[in-house]
Amino acid sequence: MDIVVENLTKRYGDQVAVNNLSFKVKTGEILGFLGPNGAGKTTTMKAITAYLYPDSGTVHVGNYSLDKNPEEIKRNIGYLPESNPLYQDMPVIDYLRFVAEIQEIPRNEIDDRLLNVINSCGLEKEKHKKINELSKGYKQRVGLAQALIHSPEVLILDEPTVGLDPNQIKEIRELIKRIGKEKTVILSSHILAEVEATCDRILIINKGKIVADGSTEELRKQASGKEIYRVMVEDGEVNAVYEALKSIEGADMVDILDAGKKMFEVQGASGTRLAKAIFKVCVSNHWILMQLTPVETKLEDIFMELTTG
Amino acid sequence: MKQTWIITKRELQAYFDSLMAYILLILFLGFSGFFTWLYGSDIFYIKQATLMPFFNIAYWTLFFFIPALTMRLISEENRMGTMELLLTKPIGNWQVITGKFLASLILIILALLLTIPYVITVSSIGNIDGGEVFSGYLALVLFSAMYISVGLFTSSISNNQIVSYLLALFIGIFFQVIFNMLAENASGVVGHILDYLSVSTHFESMTRGVIDSRDLIYFLGISFIGLVLTDSILMKKRYA
Repeated sequence: MDIVVENLTKRYGDQVAVNNLSFKVKTGEILGFLGPNGAGKTTTMKAITAYLYPDSGTVHVGNYSLDKNPEEIKRNIGYLPESNPLYQDMPVIDYLRFVAEIQEIPRNEIDDRLLNVINSCGLEKEKHKKINELSKGYKQRVGLAQALIHSPEVLILDEPTVGLDPNQIKEIRELIKRIGKEKTVILSSHILAEVEATCDRILIINKGKIVADGSTEELRKQASGKEIYRVMVEDGEVNAVYEALKSIEGADMVDILDAGKKMFEVQGASGTRLAKAIFKVCVSNHWILMQLTPVETKLEDIFMELTTG
Repeated sequence: MKQTWIITKRELQAYFDSLMAYILLILFLGFSGFFTWLYGSDIFYIKQATLMPFFNIAYWTLFFFIPALTMRLISEENRMGTMELLLTKPIGNWQVITGKFLASLILIILALLLTIPYVITVSSIGNIDGGEVFSGYLALVLFSAMYISVGLFTSSISNNQIVSYLLALFIGIFFQVIFNMLAENASGVVGHILDYLSVSTHFESMTRGVIDSRDLIYFLGISFIGLVLTDSILMKKRYA
């Protein structure tokens, strides 16, 4: 099921939490939702899950619209809210059964589904414990299990790996990736590495607006608009090489990283075929090119560039 | 309807798991039993085969116990964030509210059923008026429904259970006592309105064995208004 968000706007008093936001997520896509605190990630998710009513704009999930058939949308969405609210004094299995009943899973399928999510979320040993006796990581698993229990077409996860240890994070990421192959997943996170590792596409929002949209590679290009290469040559004299590199058309900046090893960093606008030019310069001067590596902008840098100032 | 019942089942389970239900049942039976049989204007004191003493004491015990049952129903869900969880499932505000309402009402009805031995005992001592007993119990159920609905409303206003409890008593005391007191001093239309708003007017006529549609409308009407107000508070939170 595709998710289509159109011109979504939500205000809290004078404050605009989400400002005319539009985007689309396709089936089989995992969308990473990034943004600084208060950017409107959670508000958008609450609107998609039909919990908050937006001031204007619409959300379509599959063929269902938020205005006309919210119940149908809710039936097809699995949602893990940010704070992972749970009925603390219920045993895990009772709680999951309660959610299964509310999700209108047919009575004869409930036991199978329960077994299934308990296995896939690794809750086998904890299933008879009360939820408030569980550690944070296990609570998070219960939260995930309740979102998955009706095998929803759309999965919305607000910071799914908070509080998990590295092993668990790995497991959960793999689980999300597996689910994401057939279903539509939106996940928000402030851990950039996580989004990079799990998501096919990244949406960065700031102050309620989209500031970047695309795969990690696309974002890198889009954000910096630059190509950076690390160059190392043998032979030649440092200053001569430096001058030669600087004279290349399109090379905006050349840094000497290590004079002894003759290591440089060349920066230029993207699409100027900088690598080719560097190679040619070296050949014509009979320098041996030892290294020519594209340097990737880190997602952190892109994020900071887009969301500050 | 099915969704409502799922909520009711969970709430009842929560009442019994948290011992709340047992405490309520024991206190209710203890208090009402004590004042019906042993102390004050009890049955042996008035020397009549009637359940009037029980109805009169239940009038007050329920007044104080019901807000204790309802205070956490919605405030706790709002505070813990589980309301968001519920409302993003295929279930509406109204089903959540009525489910919780029913759970409390069922618990109260259970408490009232446990006083059936009183009826049996009294009927074995003297000639009891069956109609009066029936309409008295009906009055207690309707009376409870009304205060449960008020309690749900106050529980939706505040995320603090104690505030919800006190607020329910505050609103309740108007219906319970204040309107009646004011009605005695007012005359004309105002007096009539205040008299109609007072619970005791309707409660007394029902415990005397008269089932009048005005009384039924009163209890059911206020219950309904309370539920609608609760719904509007929940709705407001989703539009906020």
